[in-house]
Amino acid sequence: MDQITKVNENNYELPSAVIPDPGANIVLGGPQDYNSVTQRIAGVVYLPIKKAPKKWLVGAFLSFCFVNVLMLAVYMLFMRGVGIWGLNIPVAWGFAIINFVWWIGIGHAGTLISAVLFLLKQDWRTSINRFSEAMTLFAVACAGMFPILHLGRPWLFYWLLPYPNSMWLWPQPRSPLEWDVFAVSTYGTVSLVFWYVGLLPDLASLRDTAPYLFQRKIYAILSLGWRGSAIHWHRYQKAYLLLAGLSTPLVLSVHTIVSFDFAVSQLPGWHTTIFPPYFVAGAVYSGFAMVLTLIIPLRAWYNMRDLITLRTIEAACKLMLGVGLIVAYGYGTEAFFSWYSGDKYESFMYMNRVTGPYGFTYWLLILCNILIPQALWSQKVRHNLTLVWIISIVVNIGMWLERFVIVVTSLHRDFLPSSWGIYVPTKWDIMTYAGTIGFFMLLIFLFVRTLPSISIFEVREQVHHDLHSQPVEKH
Amino acid sequence: MAQLFSPSSNTIAKVSIAAVILLASTTLSIAYMIDRGSWITNVNSAPEQPIPFSHKHHVKDDGIDCRYCHTSVETSHFAGIPATETCMSCHSQIWNNVAATQPIRDSWASGKSIAWTRVHNLPDYVYFNHSIHINKGIGCSACHGNVSEMPLIYKVNTLNMNWCVNCHRNPAKFIRPRSEVFNVAYQYPANQDELGAQLVKDYHVQSLLDCVTCHR
Amino acid sequence: MKELSPSHSNGHMNEHEKPMASALVPLESLLEKPQKKVDLGQLREKLAAGRGPAFWRTLEEAAETEDLKEYVEQEFPGLSGQIPQGVDRRNLLKVMGASLAMAGAAACTKLPKESIVPYVRQPENIIPGEPMFYATAHTIAGYARGVLVESHMNRPTKIEGNPDHPASLGSSTIFEQASVLNLYDPDRSETVLNRGSLSTWGEFTGALSTEAQSIGARKGEGLAILSGATTSPTFISQMNTLLAQWPSAKWYIHEPSANPAVASAAKKIAGRNAVVTYDFSQADVILSLESDFLNSGPASLKYARQFSAKRAIDDGQTPVRYYQVESSPSASGSLADHRFSVKSSSIASIAYQLAKAVGAAAPDVTGTAPAWLNAVAADLSNNKGRCVVVAGEYQPESVHLAAFAINQALGNVGTTVKLLESFMPDAHSIEDLTADLNGGHVEMLIVLGSNPVYDAPASLDFLTAMKKARQTIRLGTYFDETSRWSYWHVPQVHYLESWSDTRAFDGTATIVQPLVEPLYKGKSAHELLSTLLGKPDATPHDLVKGYWQTASPNGFDAFWKTSLHNGVVAGTGAAILNAGSPELSPLPAAEAAEWEITLRPDPTIGDGSWANNGWLQECPKPQTKTAWDNLIMIRPSDAEKMGVHKGDMLKVTVKDKTVTGPVWITPNQAQGSVAIFFGYGRTGSGRVGNKIGYSAYQIQDAAMRFIATGTISKAAGTYPIANTQSTQTMEERAPVRVAEFSEFKEHPNFPTLEEKPLPKSITLYDTSEWKYLDHKWGMTIDLNICTGCSACAIACQSENNIAVVGKDQVSRGRHMHWIRIDQYYSGNGSLDEPETYNQPVPCMQCENAPCEVVCPVAATVHSKEGINQMVYNRCVGTRYCSNNCPYKVRRFNFYLFSDWDTESLKGMRNPDVTVRSRGVMEKCSYCIQRIQEVKIKAEKENNRKIVDGEILTACQQACPTQAITFGDLNDPNSKVAKSAALKRNYNLLDDLNNRPRTTYLGYVRNSNEALRGQRGSNHEG
Repeated sequence: MDQITKVNENNYELPSAVIPDPGANIVLGGPQDYNSVTQRIAGVVYLPIKKAPKKWLVGAFLSFCFVNVLMLAVYMLFMRGVGIWGLNIPVAWGFAIINFVWWIGIGHAGTLISAVLFLLKQDWRTSINRFSEAMTLFAVACAGMFPILHLGRPWLFYWLLPYPNSMWLWPQPRSPLEWDVFAVSTYGTVSLVFWYVGLLPDLASLRDTAPYLFQRKIYAILSLGWRGSAIHWHRYQKAYLLLAGLSTPLVLSVHTIVSFDFAVSQLPGWHTTIFPPYFVAGAVYSGFAMVLTLIIPLRAWYNMRDLITLRTIEAACKLMLGVGLIVAYGYGTEAFFSWYSGDKYESFMYMNRVTGPYGFTYWLLILCNILIPQALWSQKVRHNLTLVWIISIVVNIGMWLERFVIVVTSLHRDFLPSSWGIYVPTKWDIMTYAGTIGFFMLLIFLFVRTLPSISIFEVREQVHHDLHSQPVEKH
Repeated sequence: MAQLFSPSSNTIAKVSIAAVILLASTTLSIAYMIDRGSWITNVNSAPEQPIPFSHKHHVKDDGIDCRYCHTSVETSHFAGIPATETCMSCHSQIWNNVAATQPIRDSWASGKSIAWTRVHNLPDYVYFNHSIHINKGIGCSACHGNVSEMPLIYKVNTLNMNWCVNCHRNPAKFIRPRSEVFNVAYQYPANQDELGAQLVKDYHVQSLLDCVTCHR
Repeated sequence: MKELSPSHSNGHMNEHEKPMASALVPLESLLEKPQKKVDLGQLREKLAAGRGPAFWRTLEEAAETEDLKEYVEQEFPGLSGQIPQGVDRRNLLKVMGASLAMAGAAACTKLPKESIVPYVRQPENIIPGEPMFYATAHTIAGYARGVLVESHMNRPTKIEGNPDHPASLGSSTIFEQASVLNLYDPDRSETVLNRGSLSTWGEFTGALSTEAQSIGARKGEGLAILSGATTSPTFISQMNTLLAQWPSAKWYIHEPSANPAVASAAKKIAGRNAVVTYDFSQADVILSLESDFLNSGPASLKYARQFSAKRAIDDGQTPVRYYQVESSPSASGSLADHRFSVKSSSIASIAYQLAKAVGAAAPDVTGTAPAWLNAVAADLSNNKGRCVVVAGEYQPESVHLAAFAINQALGNVGTTVKLLESFMPDAHSIEDLTADLNGGHVEMLIVLGSNPVYDAPASLDFLTAMKKARQTIRLGTYFDETSRWSYWHVPQVHYLESWSDTRAFDGTATIVQPLVEPLYKGKSAHELLSTLLGKPDATPHDLVKGYWQTASPNGFDAFWKTSLHNGVVAGTGAAILNAGSPELSPLPAAEAAEWEITLRPDPTIGDGSWANNGWLQECPKPQTKTAWDNLIMIRPSDAEKMGVHKGDMLKVTVKDKTVTGPVWITPNQAQGSVAIFFGYGRTGSGRVGNKIGYSAYQIQDAAMRFIATGTISKAAGTYPIANTQSTQTMEERAPVRVAEFSEFKEHPNFPTLEEKPLPKSITLYDTSEWKYLDHKWGMTIDLNICTGCSACAIACQSENNIAVVGKDQVSRGRHMHWIRIDQYYSGNGSLDEPETYNQPVPCMQCENAPCEVVCPVAATVHSKEGINQMVYNRCVGTRYCSNNCPYKVRRFNFYLFSDWDTESLKGMRNPDVTVRSRGVMEKCSYCIQRIQEVKIKAEKENNRKIVDGEILTACQQACPTQAITFGDLNDPNSKVAKSAALKRNYNLLDDLNNRPRTTYLGYVRNSNEALRGQRGSNHEG
């Protein structure tokens, strides 16, 4: 291993793929050996900045610019108030809540992949679970901003926390917003711990192979003294299994509770019992879409086509197609009940949603979330990464539109015609949204440069598995 | 491969864990102490006043009734701060040449009010009404303490919401006979529980806990 | 756009709280302060430096220097130590500090150091912190409405109607309510100006007396005095003295929104100055020939009260039947059982035809009678002596004469129609003045109050004429259009600042007494006149008192005190006159013009004198629900023909003059008639009113002031309009429930006929904890008598410190009114002439309140008296409550809407209501501060029972027709309990099971069977 440390920056090259693209039948393009795996994955991290792919530099810089846009937008928001957004009475919730739900949704893929698929022993997950967990954390970080930003008096957000105060007042437990506080923070914490525990063995390998001393020291501290002894592995696997079990229900709980923000109200278009399952499905849907949006360029830039193989991508596509159909069913149910309930407000709401001033958003979302993804039935499409990538972006847009339709079109025409209104986002709405995307991307870019974006030891297990073609025992 | 850390770092690692926990808990407790401490609440701190007016002297030694100066305490939400005129009614005759009372004479001559520093100050969204409390047998000293022992006036209670609510939840513990309302040295009797319960009935005192009782 | 932020006080008013006469003593003494002369030389620049609000701060700093201090004492007594500033300041801090403290209302907030400033000399009979009430009167176009003014530490904060005053009866209009804002308007003129540069009253009086001498020498030759319409006995007697002393001097009166034909017709009828008044309490049938009698004119409040009494149906009586003939929808018209839209100019011929039909002598007219005419005539004839025909305020003399003739023929004169002597003085018109100016007969022009440069008919070109006078003196509240062209400008006092007197429509006199010393050392017309007459030192107080002393010499002191205390001078009512029967002259042949243009005062800012009042600017116009603009109202089908849409620009031409304004497509507007409104297009009103819209005066022709003919054409461009209600159809929600009177007799419970009561158990939440043992506050609103006049909205704004947000925010749907008046069109499916219904919507105070369960911090919670409490200082602003409120009555401070900076406005706010800061939700609280005040009062009076009607909400107190009832539902004898128990009472959106505490009484239309199927006669159930 020590040869890596001797590498001279200027002729250091990114280790190239063993075979360019192994196709869709195998999880790992061979022949790989433990060292090559470590080199390949850690190599991305060690790659000197001047050698970093142009695309990475450009991307990181752009994202950084958007982060500044976010800063500006938030500054204006705090200086002047939520009035800078397009909000009004009746539409008192706008982009902030839409983005919140959207980001939380995206944050679902990570835990689902690493926990649920882990429990289901899906081997194809190994190459993307680390990455999607990171994505989850960053998405939750973005989501977490909005509930605070959208407050009229954000500096008092802590009143939503139950803490002993000299007013002798507690938060109001009947409010779904209060439930959110706990749901989101729990999900965030557990995901973080899960992700970090998963990182430990890899941090240790980095500690041992990093070219520079300071890198080694940092990784050493982060790896909490991992030595890879049998007892370590034993405990590790127990912990990981437990955490996986712990976070699995969270995948369901978070978005269920987020959906209560709407379902608990009495507003037509919000007050719906199918929201919990339908929101969770939607969340997973957008989560997988985002994973694909990110890993497809990633594997290309860092020649990892043999580590993140078509097999993985195809599986992700199928899964996306599946949950997509559940979401479609959700839309169907909404339509059906607006008629079947016989409630005049419900049926008006639906007609307004379909034909009203915001009708185009509804049809656009049907197009993005239901029609276009059907292309994934064809294997040709699934194997055409450009198409898959485009579809995954389309789905992301579609899921955002879904939240827009739910929040805005339900609010803008509710019960009394006299109070009906219209909602038009301002430039600040858009800047805030774009800003968080920039923030998210920047985190992703930094992540791939500083931590192994593929789980080294799990891939090694895979190698072991491939070499001795007998299952790796994990106890 | 060379060691990254000296053996001592093991200890450091262990200590740091403890340190983190300790740090967190101390920060919290300090924050709590500041929040409830007198720097925030101003309890027990007598601010600078234009005139070193002594309630001790006027109330205890001279035996002047509260209402002589705080005229509207029984009739208005506002207890009233004595006009210069009121001060002059005595100090035109007595202590009429000492430096301490000079500001009174200046004010009287110039017609410019004396600007006292507010000691018992409530946030502007709190609507407290003196007259109803006086009327229902809540004595001055219940909130303002025994001013007859204060050379310079200061706050003895935080006037925080929990402090108000504490009494509003159980007035019986703090109520006294109307005759004793202006007795700032009043001591609650041993049988306060029975007495209080009785007075609450007699004076028809309600335990008002609706927000709009104070916030409008 | 300048934000103003309102308001004033907890005090509601009932009999035993009337101001004690003695309370007035300090006020009088204040005004009799001796004045020291100070040399102002070295102060000029300093003061010149600061006009506008900054001025106050500059002064307060500078006030340390002795001489300036004296100047302040004299020129700005509002700042002097004499006004009990101490407690007042504390009260001010109470409101102004709110935002700061609220910014961190958590426990860990260190309150800012605050000082407390007592009196130097405690005034008698002022209890620090307790409000006092004074009776006075507010005058519009010369006629008074009695008001009671609530004063906190000598700061007037809220205006209410005076129950003892015949023209108020305790109610008030938007103008009385909003007048308090004018007092504190930071844009008011602050100093005497000579050719626009700073001067003083002293210098002015000097100059004036020299002028007076030369005028005296010429026996008044060349002196012209222009005033607005006035009935002030003192003023009139001063003028008479002046005219007696200087016979050649001339007095002119210009009142832009007053129609001279009304007076001239009355004069023809009575043979002397008179006014025609009506008594609707006697009327079973009302025909209004374009009169907005319920909402405009000096007697509207009385008429509204009488009308609503006659329209009552719940005790089995038959309601009045009301026909409205009008060219443009009016507030009154929205209550008409039959509304007929006709051109304003055709009403004369209709009146004549009607006169014939009821057997009055009238010359023949060309043109066919409208189909409904005979049915209406028959209805009137069947109710001889119990009906009334009301002539429109802006109709020509012929209509007024015809209407009177009809009333005579129907034997209504003496019962429903009364002819009263008028106290309006005889004076020359603005036309005469222009002629005299152009003829060079005017040496010196003194303009007292009125603003002819802005509001004289354009055809007169008054400005050019005015420039011909050698000397022009202007007494005005603002440095406005006229002042700009005057040599001298003298700041005029607000009616709450000085002594005067005035009369109501029926002659009843009121002594106008000041509540506060002139904030800017303004002067009244009385002072200016007496200076002209060589008595510069006479104070208005002397002058007014002097007049009445001569009027009733014996027992004067008692008389004076009682008159001040009651707000009416006993025995000053006008005598009833006998009517002659004047001939109806034949109508001139109507010129065949394509378009009729009606010019009327704006529904909210009147003739333009209210243009700088933010409350009135932001008050949605009752018939269009738009704010901050004047629009050109056109009938939908006409708009279709012309191919114009809402907001398109339209060019209106009368003779050679043209204005351009945005179109508003208005149902019930008459075919071929467009309505435009005065009051906008101002340049001298101040920061609020300037540069909005067009000035209708620019096309006004002196020959046809209010009904003109001309052409309209589409102009380029569109214009953004701030509209508070975009949808006016009911969409199967039936927020307003309507029935024919016949149906109502059959099914008194018509509003709830189709509704099945919901089981109590239908809610998820446990409501059993709410027993409402003590009080159970509730409100009912009778849609049957709501004219949509919006007095409630402005009263609420004034009472509850509601911010003004400006046009931009209003158009974004962020207006802040706690009670809004929804207007719905419905019924006969006609786009052009639907029926109109008004529905005031405050917070419903639901028992199952959807807002309460969704607030994460418990900032809006239920009180044990059933009020849905909104705690501003706990609110973090998630806005979830608003989303979940089906009535959308919650308002959110998207920005820092309240004005924390403008010094003068702080004096106006209600110290008993928190001024909200940015980021908090707010809404109607049932005037909780008033409830609490009365509860505390009752508790202190040995815990006595609260009398029904002792607590009045601001909206209820202002309502002219008493459509709003508030009280304790637990008291079965309370008005509100009875009204809530009525069969026609219903809940808005009842099927949601929110159990609102505010409920509505259904609308009952008393149509004429003979007119079924005719326009305005359908109904929707």
